[in-house]
Amino acid sequence: MTSAALRSRAWKLLELVTTPLLPSDYLDLVSPLRAGADLRGRIEAVHRETDDAATIVIRPGKGWRGHVAGQYVRIGVDVDGVRLWRAYSVTSPTSRTDGRITITVKAIPDGKVSNHLVRRMKPGTVIQLDQACGEFVLPKAKPAKVLYLTAGSGITPAMGMLRDTEFDDVVMVHSAPRKQDVIFRNDLHDLVADEKLRLVELHTDTDGMLDVTRLEELVPDWAERETWACGPAGLLDAAEEHWARHGVTERLHTERFRPTVVVAGEGGEVTFSTTGKTVAADGATPLLNVGEEAGVLMKSGCRMGICFGCVTPLRSGAVRDLRTGEITEGDTGVLIQTCVSAAAGPCDLER
Amino acid sequence: MTAIDPTAHLTAEQIEELGRELDAIRDEVIASRGEKDAAYIRKVISAQRKLELTSRGILLFSFFPPAWLIGTAGLSVAKIMDNMEIGHNILHGQWDWMRDPKIHSTTWEWDHVSPAEQWKHSHNELHHTYTNVIGKDNDLGYGIMRVDEDQKWHPIHLGQPVWNFINACFFEYGIAAYDLELGKNLHKRRRNNPEFRARAKAVGRKIRKQVLKDYVIHPLLSGPSFLTTLAATFTANLIRNLWSHSVIMCGHFPEGVQVFERRSIKGETRGQWYLRQMMGSANISGSKAMHFMTGNLSHQIEHHLFPDLPSNRYAEVAVKVRALFEKYELEYVTGPLPKQVFSAWRKVFRLSLPNKKVKTPEPEKELVAA
Repeated sequence: MTSAALRSRAWKLLELVTTPLLPSDYLDLVSPLRAGADLRGRIEAVHRETDDAATIVIRPGKGWRGHVAGQYVRIGVDVDGVRLWRAYSVTSPTSRTDGRITITVKAIPDGKVSNHLVRRMKPGTVIQLDQACGEFVLPKAKPAKVLYLTAGSGITPAMGMLRDTEFDDVVMVHSAPRKQDVIFRNDLHDLVADEKLRLVELHTDTDGMLDVTRLEELVPDWAERETWACGPAGLLDAAEEHWARHGVTERLHTERFRPTVVVAGEGGEVTFSTTGKTVAADGATPLLNVGEEAGVLMKSGCRMGICFGCVTPLRSGAVRDLRTGEITEGDTGVLIQTCVSAAAGPCDLER
Repeated sequence: MTAIDPTAHLTAEQIEELGRELDAIRDEVIASRGEKDAAYIRKVISAQRKLELTSRGILLFSFFPPAWLIGTAGLSVAKIMDNMEIGHNILHGQWDWMRDPKIHSTTWEWDHVSPAEQWKHSHNELHHTYTNVIGKDNDLGYGIMRVDEDQKWHPIHLGQPVWNFINACFFEYGIAAYDLELGKNLHKRRRNNPEFRARAKAVGRKIRKQVLKDYVIHPLLSGPSFLTTLAATFTANLIRNLWSHSVIMCGHFPEGVQVFERRSIKGETRGQWYLRQMMGSANISGSKAMHFMTGNLSHQIEHHLFPDLPSNRYAEVAVKVRALFEKYELEYVTGPLPKQVFSAWRKVFRLSLPNKKVKTPEPEKELVAA
């Protein structure tokens, strides 16, 4: 018998000992980060970056498979006793050797998780983790010239990339309301001093919002640069249009932190068939929230339509994508993202 | 029987006002539910697991009498914690708000032969909705006993003190049979119903696992202590069964608790539903430790009013609820455990005989037509 088969046999035997619990329920008490456990992480430190942003140092469990520069990680944090999941870009380089990763979080107004992480998180807390994911990453082959076009907390994935890979020619155009709001400002200026980065730092409170057409003067060779853009929807929409107009769309990579929401209508009766609950939902509330309010244990993740942590089978009925207005009809094998889908008539979710 | 309705002095408006006041109590708890409550249930779960593990560890040496005593005591307490403060309450959805998939009514399984899924249906849906409604709430005597004058007497009830004692000793099996509605489903016509067969199979699987763990695996692990460990786990199960049976009898059977007619709940309003829960349940008074060991079912009245509020909050809720009983001049049935257990048992004995043979009918034991 192979050692894997032997181990699975031993584990089965152990399950007979611990039933109705699982052996892992006991192991979790003493070793929540061990190999084979659900992926978790322990917060080891919280470093303040600005008034409302902080870098969180996390030691992931043994099951962590690493990340690619630019990717994000979903974390599940208990805020006021309630587990909430959010996605944050990894800001530490892949070359970090002490087994820790960092995320950098900006507290947004009324943001439950971000405020908790920035202002109240205590080192030693164990949080839930998912493996890193996301397509907003550096390519294997190094481009000759690079541009990072970022604003606000959109700098975080770019910082993950900057720290990870050195390029011969890299420019960053970054906007923040004021000087003191620029996350990683010292790190950026250190890179500038070492001549590893050319930085265009814009303060929108005094300079106004960046008009992308100004790139011609700020970075004259912008169109030749492989560009990674991350920030508010307005900036990304403008960038996509600008790059398209100049026929260089393939050079632009964007990452959206929040869904652009279109106005939806209708709504309807939502049935959660596994739980046996039926509730009325309007056409604007994500089905994820509808389920959670009805006490159904919903899967959730970024809550912005990017991570697919919430996908749930839609057995029947119709839902509307809150970002695009697109209608999806239920059938066997149809999965929907509940965080960006609202009821478009009666529907039946397998949950 | 002449109906003396202890709620007759309340007007319809008063009953709705009472309902609104109870809603306000509930809203207050929900608004303040948070980190401390979450920490509480996690601490209890962790303590239970450590206690069970330690006790079972000690029982590996159970041939040594002090080890047997300590191990059996510890395991009994661990099993009671698992069923009462942890299992019962999690399966009620009291902790679903935490959104922790490991502590959730849809994923939890307990140290009990009735699978969580089936127990949730018969308990949460039937018993808690139709509390004390004759013919609707099977918890009234579990289909084997007569616990109210208005339940029809049958010669089989002569033996109910014996049935009740046997049921107490093997309570978890009684519950499993009850959740399967064996009495109804063993009829020839229903026996082959595929849905019933599937449920019966699930119970069979659960029993097999539980029995294998308690009476085969752990005794085997104890090696030379095989027999003494077997006796220890049997004793722990017996103690847990007797304890939970006593607590549950105290919830609805003591004197002073009202039962209701089927027709009385037609078109029941929110206020009337609350009132039925108030009149149909009884509390147990006692120390913090006692409340804990009953899974806070000692606050049965509060639990029936708000089945999904976290159990650690019932004590504070009870103060407010009791004030409402006083305000609306209603009887808050409560008493120490021995008194309530005695009261419930006395009723089991008394009602084993037909009504007319009761020499001194209790005046307060009447049917409510609220």
